[in-house]
Amino acid sequence: MALGLLENGCSVATSYPGTPASEILASAASLKKIHGLSLHVQWAVNEKIAFEIAYAAAIAGLRTAVSMKQVGLNVASDPLMSAAYMGTKGGFILISADDPGPHSSQTEQDSRLMAVMAKIPVLDPDSPSQARYMAALGYEMSEAFEIPVMIRPTTRVCHSRQDIAVGPISVEPRTADFERNPVRWAATPKFRHQLHRQLEEKLDAVSHYAKTTPVCLNSGKRFSRALVVSGVAAAHTREIVEEMGLWGTLSVYQVLQPFPLHADFISELLSHHDDILVIEESTGVIEMQLADRYRVKGRNSRAVPRVGELLPEDVERLISEFAGLPVKTVLIPAPSPGRRPTLCAGCPHRASFYAIKRAVRKGIYTSDIGCYTLGLNLGVVDTVLCMGAAISQAAGFYHAYRDMEKRPDIVATMGDSTFFHAGIPALIDAVVQQVRFLLVILDNRTTAMTGSQPTPSTGVGVCGEPLNSVDIEAVVRACGVQYCETGNPYQLKAFIPLLKEAVAYSRDSGPAVVISRYPCILDRRSRNERTPGISVAVNDRCDGCAHCVEQFECPALILDTTVHRVHIDPMVCVGCGVCIHVCPKGAIEEVE
Amino acid sequence: MNSRQQILISGVGGQGILFVTRLLAEAAILKGLPVLTSETHGMAQRGGTVVSHLKVGNFTSPLIRPGSADGLLIMKAENAALHGYFLKPGGWAVVNRPKDNTCDLTRCTVDADGIAVHLGNPKAVNLVMLGFALARSPEMFCRADDMRRILERRLTGNGPMRTAALDAFEAGCTAPSGEDGSNVQDSFHTQGGQEDE
Repeated sequence: MALGLLENGCSVATSYPGTPASEILASAASLKKIHGLSLHVQWAVNEKIAFEIAYAAAIAGLRTAVSMKQVGLNVASDPLMSAAYMGTKGGFILISADDPGPHSSQTEQDSRLMAVMAKIPVLDPDSPSQARYMAALGYEMSEAFEIPVMIRPTTRVCHSRQDIAVGPISVEPRTADFERNPVRWAATPKFRHQLHRQLEEKLDAVSHYAKTTPVCLNSGKRFSRALVVSGVAAAHTREIVEEMGLWGTLSVYQVLQPFPLHADFISELLSHHDDILVIEESTGVIEMQLADRYRVKGRNSRAVPRVGELLPEDVERLISEFAGLPVKTVLIPAPSPGRRPTLCAGCPHRASFYAIKRAVRKGIYTSDIGCYTLGLNLGVVDTVLCMGAAISQAAGFYHAYRDMEKRPDIVATMGDSTFFHAGIPALIDAVVQQVRFLLVILDNRTTAMTGSQPTPSTGVGVCGEPLNSVDIEAVVRACGVQYCETGNPYQLKAFIPLLKEAVAYSRDSGPAVVISRYPCILDRRSRNERTPGISVAVNDRCDGCAHCVEQFECPALILDTTVHRVHIDPMVCVGCGVCIHVCPKGAIEEVE
Repeated sequence: MNSRQQILISGVGGQGILFVTRLLAEAAILKGLPVLTSETHGMAQRGGTVVSHLKVGNFTSPLIRPGSADGLLIMKAENAALHGYFLKPGGWAVVNRPKDNTCDLTRCTVDADGIAVHLGNPKAVNLVMLGFALARSPEMFCRADDMRRILERRLTGNGPMRTAALDAFEAGCTAPSGEDGSNVQDSFHTQGGQEDE
């Protein structure tokens, strides 16, 4: 996708990291370096801001792109709805990556529905190579109709690799040329009405656009049964139909542009086929537009499962049933959960959570989106809603309990990147409303879960270029918080009392903030800020009480129940030494 | 050697599964074969189960269907129970099985953890496994020599790291198998699991 954008003249690319979309911007940055291009590539503080930056550059006539994961588009939905009305001058591509499964997301939402709501066209790639091609197509369409174009890949496109031919990138750089036109770019409601009418006209034209017409994969004879597929479901279908030898039995159509669905395709399909099965992810967007509830089956009609990723075996079953063939049964063992994700050995978040649990034994623990969601394994995460909600949910709990005689302590945990993304307005609100809670900002100096992207306090850009940095303490104090302390969670002996003091302050005096600062052990950029690892060993005082395994849950600590003793897995241990202070028996010690 | 292959690589986060997948994909490209891979990223990587699908040849779907994999590369013995059902009848499987561990799939096992620790390079389990698999699986689309060239090309100019990586790979190539499996039957195609639908 990044290659597709850059080889078609993208001048500004922005993003906020989120699985499975994080690699797009990083790839744009590395292609910029490799090909010596001059485009602006940046991580923005959140998706809304990323969108607005790329959009403004597009209305100044440049080709631009913004990429994010599907829930990121929720954050950017405000500018999206409005930008659809105003349209664009230069090509503007919005990539919103969906995650059916979900593998690494809060929801399985279908970004194509956001395109329907915004009334913009959306392209649905089936593979990396098609995604690259759709970037070219997207820019062409966006400029032809002066409309933002969405590309909606799913996890299986984003996290696939494929052999594709790459060559030099040679594009003539454009110069920005913003034509002032307040009636359009700052339209009042009266003009919005006109813009809305124009948008509908654009959409009508897009639904006749030849280059995105659905493709019949076995053109020639029309069969009574038709399969309509898009995205990765199309990739599965091609392989399965080939293998089952069904090219001479079913008509198979691949939709490239699920919305707006081509008008001629709709009438052709409905006039030539008696049975139509639509296989798409993750809701029935194509099916919805076919609007014939007798002949059309899909997710909305419940012929296709409404929940979960469509795996190739699901597609195979659906096609077999549709073609009236016996369904192949495959022996699959009873589902087993596998290993649950856990914080890495040596993760500073684990130390923070352990300390929080020691400092506040019974409370309400609100948390947020990031690696530290995994604090739920340690019993110190009660809620995870969306980016930034740890603070506002803490406020909600406080107001819910405020008139009760015994109020629970409330501890919110939030990462540094999330704090910048959506925490700051919530913190200002909590200060104004005198919310009595403790916010622990887990400052590991990076956006860890998505692969160590810089945060606004890192002072480094996506290409490694030096940038300004914003100090978290200064922001916290500027929000009006009176109590703000910083501590090192690795130093449990000092860190636990610090948390106790902060929570005591919060009970009577309003919001307290503790910044728990220690770099992510996977982040190469901050490796010099970390203390060197030590060697730890378990001595004979270990009686297998399991305190460390249950309360600290480090994957390097293994309890051998047969000999009632814990041992340390040298393959996993990074030598943070925090467990030395966790063991109540003094059975873990530093060794030479 | 078979130029149309579906291989599933399974393990846990941090074992370098994506790296091995990438190396194999590069080997396919060097041989002029089309290749598709599909990986797990994000939260699952934090010590959770990680699986990647590698499809070499004229495929369009990025995922392998149950009962269709030509081979399995299982980096953690416990995952044999999780992902064994992907293997086709008669397919090959190599399993990293440290001493004293049990495993549901006893085709061809090796103590890759032990070998890597012995080499003083515990993170190189993935390369030990890769070497072992290439040495043991004649149907694989590439040979140990192809991989040696890729490793040498990728790791140029990095003295100690390069040597350590190549050593781990060679140790895998020459490692003895725990149970050499042509006669050993695995549980998935003899007793079967629970039927799904």
